[in-house]
Amino acid sequence: MAKHHVTTTVNGDSMEFLCSTEQTLLDVLRDELFLTGSKEGCSSGDCGACSVMLDGRLVCACLVLGVEAEGREVETIEGMAEGENLHPLQRKFIEHAALQCGVCTPGILVAAKALLEKNPDPTEIETRYWLAGNLCRCTGYDKIVRAVLDAAAEMRATAEKGAGKKSKSTKRPETASA
Amino acid sequence: MDYQTPTSAEDAARLLAQEGAEALAGGTDLLVKLRAGMATPSMIVDLKSVPRLRGIEHDAKGWRIGAATPCAEIGEHAELAAAWPGVVEALQLIGSTQIQGRATLGGNLCNASPAADTVPALIAAGAICEVAGVSGERELPVQDVITSPGKNALARGEFIVGFRLPDPPKRSGDAYLRLIPRTEMDIAVVGAGVALALDAKGVCTHARVALGAVAPTPLLVADAAKALIGTKVDDAALESVAAAASAACKPIDDKRGTVAYRVKVAGVLAKRAARIAYQRASAK
Ligand SMILES: Cc1cc2nc3c(=O)[nH]c(=O)nc-3n(C[C@H](O)[C@H](O)[C@H](O)COP(=O)(O)OP(=O)(O)OC[C@H]3O[C@@H](n4cnc5c(N)ncnc54)[C@H](O)[C@@H]3O)c2cc1C
Ligand code: FES
Ligand code: FES
Repeated sequence: MAKHHVTTTVNGDSMEFLCSTEQTLLDVLRDELFLTGSKEGCSSGDCGACSVMLDGRLVCACLVLGVEAEGREVETIEGMAEGENLHPLQRKFIEHAALQCGVCTPGILVAAKALLEKNPDPTEIETRYWLAGNLCRCTGYDKIVRAVLDAAAEMRATAEKGAGKKSKSTKRPETASA
Repeated sequence: MDYQTPTSAEDAARLLAQEGAEALAGGTDLLVKLRAGMATPSMIVDLKSVPRLRGIEHDAKGWRIGAATPCAEIGEHAELAAAWPGVVEALQLIGSTQIQGRATLGGNLCNASPAADTVPALIAAGAICEVAGVSGERELPVQDVITSPGKNALARGEFIVGFRLPDPPKRSGDAYLRLIPRTEMDIAVVGAGVALALDAKGVCTHARVALGAVAPTPLLVADAAKALIGTKVDDAALESVAAAASAACKPIDDKRGTVAYRVKVAGVLAKRAARIAYQRASAK
């Protein structure tokens, strides 16, 4: 079987690659497009190290075929920072020391970003359930969950400030942060 | 290995009729098997480009869920969750957020695991599959699809297009419960789905009880339903449900649970699911 010629969008850029049916989206990202931020932990959907967004849904890239990316939009960890500017989640992970070896980190960041887009103010329990498919074997989950909740708080405050500037009215009175 | 993306049910059936062809929906079972060498198809037929396999609709006959609709999308449908809360809670138990983004009802059923979480809930709800094949279409109740572990009743070239659920009757409710050793990301030791309806006096007029992971195929337990019908789903009725559910089990011993444990837990979960279904029915 000849290789498939696939045209897709990765982090907003149009990209083309050749792949065989056997290659997963994770194989393609890492080996054909050299986007090695997404990691391979298990290749069976259990660890979440390969988490990416596919047409706006969080998925395991190891359980998607590369050819399935045709005409679709993929977002990976490489699209998270804007140049030198880290995403608030990335900054908070550093501040809270929410990583050690870092193999789980790209997947957790992509998954956490998806959570905050859907729910800007998640509870700790909601955060833990959302991230249940992302395994970390060295840091433990406390620091990770705290970093996500802290980033969420900062992003809400920034969004409120932005909204306040535009409408010149603040909805909520300033509250002292604990 | 070839890869095809048919855009009509007819083309999909024609491709699937070929030797070595295997359907792909969300791939959360199939890709794991491919990687492990447990599946070696010569052609993958991706069903997701057939429009009839995607989305959720409501019409005069009730609900219709496209067989390749990802669980995450189904779980976001508030009206469906209000109509069939047990079916929706069952499908939301599958895997992680990432798995939810891909896993489908068609895949969960056709993979034919005895422990598939949506199957007891769909059986209890009386769901019917729309099946397409090279010689046309037919309907098949969900409880007739799984024939043995890993085997289903579909002929070569056949696949599931969608699932039909009726509009739930007045004063009805359904529920699904499973036991796993952890709080997330594990395979059911036992699963129990119950759907029931009550009359104006609160007497049960209709019931279906189904169990997963306690026999080679998911079970529809007629005796457990009989134990509910004609009662007010009181404690005595619930004890009879538990006894009937336990009596129907033919489980295996494995690392997740012994035979004795599964038999006992099946009764407990059937009873608890019946109680939740009753509470939901009473609240309507
Ligand atoms: C990490 C992880 C956790 C999981 N957790 C759970 C869990 O908690 N509970 C549970 O029940 N399952 C679980 N699963 C298993 C799996 O996610 C589900 O069975 C899922 O519903 C399969 O759907 P799919 O669309 O991904 O199937 P696929 O992998 O696409 O297909 C599975 C099989 O069904 C066939 N098929 C698919 N669609 C159709 C159709 N429309 N018509 C005919 N044949 C079809 C395919 O040919 C294949 O043989 C888990 C899997 C993983 C990897
Ligand atoms: S590598 Fe994909 S989930 Fe582990
Ligand atoms: S930091 Fe090593 S696996 Fe999470």
